[in-house]
Amino acid sequence: MATGELNPNHYQAQRAAKVVQHYLNTRYGSPYRLLGLHKVHSGNAEDVADSGRKYQLEISVQETLSNTTEKCSAEVLFPRGEQQSSPQVQALCEAHLKINTTAQEEALYQRYKMNQSLLSAQYIPDSYGHIDPDMKPFWHLCIVASSFIMLNESSENTLYNMAQVANITQLATENDQLKFDCHILLHDMVSQEIIHWKLLFTWSPQEGVKVLQMEQLPHCHDCEKPPNIN
Amino acid sequence: MLSSVGLSLVVLLSVVGAATVERVEYDYYKYHPMPEITDWMSQVQKDYPDVVTIVEYGQTYEKRTIKLLKIGVSTGEKKKAIWMDCGIHAREWIAPAFCQYFVREILQAYKSDPKMQAMMMNMDFYVTPVLNMDGYIHTWKDNSTRLWRKNRSPGPTNCTCLGTDLNRNFNANWGTLGISYDCCSNIYCGTQPVSEPEAQAVTYFVGSRKEDFLCFLTIHSYGQLLLVPYGHPDFTADNYDELMKVGLGAADAIRSVHGKNYTVGTSPDVLYANSGSSRDWARMQGIPLAYTFELRDNGTFGFELPQDQIQPTCEEAYSGALHIITYAHDKTFSGAPATAATLWSMLLAVGVTSTTLM
Repeated sequence: MATGELNPNHYQAQRAAKVVQHYLNTRYGSPYRLLGLHKVHSGNAEDVADSGRKYQLEISVQETLSNTTEKCSAEVLFPRGEQQSSPQVQALCEAHLKINTTAQEEALYQRYKMNQSLLSAQYIPDSYGHIDPDMKPFWHLCIVASSFIMLNESSENTLYNMAQVANITQLATENDQLKFDCHILLHDMVSQEIIHWKLLFTWSPQEGVKVLQMEQLPHCHDCEKPPNIN
Repeated sequence: MLSSVGLSLVVLLSVVGAATVERVEYDYYKYHPMPEITDWMSQVQKDYPDVVTIVEYGQTYEKRTIKLLKIGVSTGEKKKAIWMDCGIHAREWIAPAFCQYFVREILQAYKSDPKMQAMMMNMDFYVTPVLNMDGYIHTWKDNSTRLWRKNRSPGPTNCTCLGTDLNRNFNANWGTLGISYDCCSNIYCGTQPVSEPEAQAVTYFVGSRKEDFLCFLTIHSYGQLLLVPYGHPDFTADNYDELMKVGLGAADAIRSVHGKNYTVGTSPDVLYANSGSSRDWARMQGIPLAYTFELRDNGTFGFELPQDQIQPTCEEAYSGALHIITYAHDKTFSGAPATAATLWSMLLAVGVTSTTLM
């Protein structure tokens, strides 16, 4: 196990940095703000007696819509122990990721809050990587929601990205929150597996994304169709 | 739809009696299903008959013929060679797109660039646009099959899943690290080394000509990486320094095109340990410059890279591949490029072609 100063390009620092990306998206992500890992500048790892392994990282993240980059300092603790438990992350970013998206978010919120026909879409992006411009904010929303799962599920032996939204269905607005059911496909680079999860979450500009339920779906390998959502 | 368009064209031609056809240009910046790629290969061979040959070198599990394009000037002698394969993993659609682009680029360059002309004189390029044809075709079936990775051979008798990860099936430290013996796993290494017909095809074809190959490039996605042998952390290639130097040069070339960073290193350093890869096998055969290219992106779109990124991805990857290929060529034929180019321009001036010489 690499301890001490890490090569920022090697997998240990890269996997830990990806966890920070997921954490930042759960905190700051929205239909109009998504963060991606841009670069790892430096990293350090040490064993914390009886707790686990702690990584200290200096990274840059890029906001995908505005293309602005900013630096963050972060700490990731991967717990050791018999139960598989989630990493703990702390991060401090320069500009506190204050890109103003309020107007767009509000417009989206109002449009879909009042919508008579509830949104329903499948396979975003499609096989050709295409996303309908109208669907992009919902793609982002599902990425943000799936970041909660990816954060929870991450370890030193995983590297998660959301591969695709298999299905997103809007449910009736509840307590002024837009509500969605999302069937997402995660890709773990290390095992190369595609893992199916079903997520129930709410969103509003004020409250952000709140995940109500998450459930891993068994995937039948030789089946041709994904399991039914409804 | 395509065949009905073709039929209308034939009818039109016979009515008009036209001798020449304005052929629809092949769109290199869209993803193409297998039948279109096969037709494209035939068309390329027809368009450049003196430098392109189609070679059939194996069969997939579902009995499809695996083909490559052999590109180079026939000199009547045994030539050094460059290997490139794409689509070993079915869902990595940008890889076959790159192989097609690469072929188009080298043939274009051949028309007017003395350096490429010299390289084609001295070497043959063997390009397999889609190695795992069965898997690739499966990913085109419907939305639910898009993310298939392996080939389509059945697992061992008691297995409810199918497919073997071809890039864990080669005879290179097979079955040791970064694999699974679970036949349902996406990194299932197969029942034994080279158990899979697709891996056998490459092993036999390249293996029987291994002294000829200067360079073995295997194209994948995603991750923006250039991986050097070996996948096992305990083994270091004896030319590791050279592999890194040339790899870093290729990454610089890539970055200069569109600013994208590709990380260079061994798989255990920058990605994960693995065994049974085609790259490791090639290096073990003695092919000095063996690289795995992991193309765009970094996880935003992943395997479903948008079509509007095909062009920039191919442009940068071409730059990187060319850097490695040029290095391999110049190392072997130092001094020769000038000679070959001069000879070639002389021949062209006199209006003599290589076929006339034969």
